Amino acid sequence: MSGGSWQDYVKRLEELATSEGLRFHPVDFEAVPDSFMMEIAVYGLPVRMPHWSFGVRYIYQLIQRHMGHSRLFEVVFPGNPGHAYLSESNGLAENVLVTAHVLGHADFSRNNLLFRRCQEQVSEHIVEHAASHARQIQQAIELYGMHRVETVLDAALALEQHIDIDLPLRRERYPEYLEEPKPPVDDDFRRRFAALDPVSADTGTETRRRAPVPPHPERDLLWFIANYAPEMESWERDIFLAVREESFYFYPVFATQIMNEGWASYWHARLLREADFIPQQAYVDAIKCHSDVVRPIAADQQIALSINPYHLGFSMWEKIIEDQGLEAARRIMELDDDFSFVRNYLTRDLAEELGLFRFSVRGNGQIKVLEHDLPALHESLLAPKYNFGAPTVRATHVRVDGTLELEHDHETDGRGLDIERSRKVLEYIQRVWRRPVLLRTVDQNGSGLELTAS
Amino acid sequence: MSERSDNNTSAFGLSKWYELFSRGARDWLRHDEKVRESVRQHLPQIIAGADVINHGARTVRVPVRMLEHYHFRLRRPEEAQGVGQGNAKPGDVLADPSRDQGSHDKGPGGRDEGEIQLLLEIKIDDIVDWLWEEMQLPNLKARIGPSEETDWIREGWDRRGARSRLDRRRSFKELVKRRGVPGSPQTFTDEDLRYRQLARRRQPAVHAVVFFLLDVSGSMSDRDRKLAKTFFFWVVQGLRRAYRSLETVFVAHTTEAWEFSENEFFQVTGTGGTVASTGLAKVREIIDQRFNPGRSNIYLFYASDGDNSVSDHAEARSLLESIARDACFSGYVEVSSGLSRHLATETGRLFSEIASEGLPVGSYVLNDYDDVWGAVRHFFTAENEAIGGTA
Repeated sequence: MSGGSWQDYVKRLEELATSEGLRFHPVDFEAVPDSFMMEIAVYGLPVRMPHWSFGVRYIYQLIQRHMGHSRLFEVVFPGNPGHAYLSESNGLAENVLVTAHVLGHADFSRNNLLFRRCQEQVSEHIVEHAASHARQIQQAIELYGMHRVETVLDAALALEQHIDIDLPLRRERYPEYLEEPKPPVDDDFRRRFAALDPVSADTGTETRRRAPVPPHPERDLLWFIANYAPEMESWERDIFLAVREESFYFYPVFATQIMNEGWASYWHARLLREADFIPQQAYVDAIKCHSDVVRPIAADQQIALSINPYHLGFSMWEKIIEDQGLEAARRIMELDDDFSFVRNYLTRDLAEELGLFRFSVRGNGQIKVLEHDLPALHESLLAPKYNFGAPTVRATHVRVDGTLELEHDHETDGRGLDIERSRKVLEYIQRVWRRPVLLRTVDQNGSGLELTAS
Repeated sequence: MSERSDNNTSAFGLSKWYELFSRGARDWLRHDEKVRESVRQHLPQIIAGADVINHGARTVRVPVRMLEHYHFRLRRPEEAQGVGQGNAKPGDVLADPSRDQGSHDKGPGGRDEGEIQLLLEIKIDDIVDWLWEEMQLPNLKARIGPSEETDWIREGWDRRGARSRLDRRRSFKELVKRRGVPGSPQTFTDEDLRYRQLARRRQPAVHAVVFFLLDVSGSMSDRDRKLAKTFFFWVVQGLRRAYRSLETVFVAHTTEAWEFSENEFFQVTGTGGTVASTGLAKVREIIDQRFNPGRSNIYLFYASDGDNSVSDHAEARSLLESIARDACFSGYVEVSSGLSRHLATETGRLFSEIASEGLPVGSYVLNDYDDVWGAVRHFFTAENEAIGGTA
């Protein structure tokens, strides 16, 4: 096997990384065929529940690969132990680089607060959990048939970004009754008053008022539906909760991409530089590979209309470590996510140095470079990341007849929802909610719009 | 593979489990199935497509889009913003639609994946099956001969039977299986022999002939002929389900009538007027010469724009009546793209007169490809009722 000799370096790279201050859980490295790498990229996890939408992504990936657009060197999953899958087609140099890169990720995922919190909740064995979800869903298919399971997955996966990351994974149901008013102060007046008319005096304690559901607008739609759908079966709720658990795992990966890839890139470069046990040729090859990975712009182009997160993160970490030292950098790595990281550390100088610019795309396809404006640049970079990359939709009310009311926060999002798609999503939801579902948003003129599925 | 990785994979109970199957391919197949389901729901539009009838084709190709799994998304903004990198100054125009058409759909971040069209190949047999299911069409009942006839077919094996039905291959398999048991004889024994068994199986009635009569006079446009052709095609497909052997006869007429091969038939163009009786006479003549109405189930489908000459009425009527008496069913499709006269035509009247005599005939107006569907449904249910009434 081509990776055979790379295995010899793993241990030494691990030792080097530890001596450099990286703290990580052990990582299981495995070389796997390219076809499998591609599937991990499609599913996001090595074994994941079946759904036709993954088939669509799979075909897009196949096409991309055939056109030579993408090549995957590694995929790493946090956990204790972590799992790293390396492509069998990697050469020795690539594998050495990738091993160092993976150790950077392992350090990040063990120490970054967001990762830590999510792993505490989801467990440190997401790979195994996802595999057991897949098994559970396979069993459901055998018991209830493909069609019924798919109906549930259509809805659950359509809502996979709609979780509330600020609340725990395992949440209590809402309190059933409103909080009782505090008992009146037991003073002289009260006692004399009660003596006047004993009946009216203690009516207050008798009428406990039922709390409305939801008591406040709820943005964890997966949780809300799983818990409050009027007629969902328990296996259907389980599927919703399985999807939700995986979403809790995916969130930190999503929300720290720039930091995390940058951190891993910084460390693979640094570890390689300091690894004197690597043969000269492998080192040169690996460094060349590094510069391909963190290249901001494709070789044959002058300008890129997207940002390579590896490059951006890498450049930011280099700058931070140069200016503030490794200790400060580690603290930032532990506490920040991409939002704070970009806002705090993508400075005017660095943005200029990297040649970052904002552009606008008109409806007619005209692309124009905009004025320099650092805060606006930050926001443009971060806009696709808000709210897990999804519009803000909350459950606001369940009517007496069971109708679920959803509300899109168009003020936060700046515009209304795509109507046709929203309609389809409502249909998905309606099939598991089994009562009418209603959604409020705005049309292109900003006037209120109500969509329903029943 | 190293020891470490073996430990790793054991978490899933298999080593190298991922080499056993591709989950991506599995989910892709499921997507494919769903596409077929949705195609099935839009069958009427699809079968109505004029290019469905490829000669002798057993499949049709249907272009479809990939299914989208929908999520809540914001409406596409009038003006999107993105972040790029490189050598660009404020005010630079990087892509100008007047010069470059291609970049239109590439939003910031390349979120719009290129639309991929799939070309689905669907078996015509499957479509016909779906049609029957979808429309809940009754299966046709033959008028002549037993509606179902029993036939012997091979089914299963037995240990006893006539020499001629010995299945050597199967017997050999038995031998091999038995040899696996230690201590059993190595050569054939009577125990190993397997004979094919026959079972009675009901088959649809035997024979039918369907006449397609097409008016190719000058007033029939190209589109009219294509409409008729599409309709005829599905009629054949439908009838094939009911009859094991189905003969087709193609007759075209203007003021004269000719018999054609299927190939030529759909390419015939004629000029001049319309005398329906010539076509009907030709059908009558062929029936008399080649088919015994007592033995064949006869169907006639006539497509015309309905402009028969009035002086032909008596002649056409007596011929149609005589054919209708011998046929299981005679159907008239009025193809008049553009102007719909709702059968208020000479030929339309002709058929309604015959219908009022209680003979199994029916009419339908075909204005558009969307109507092909209705026509098939109309005739196949009407035919069944007509026959059901007399049986």
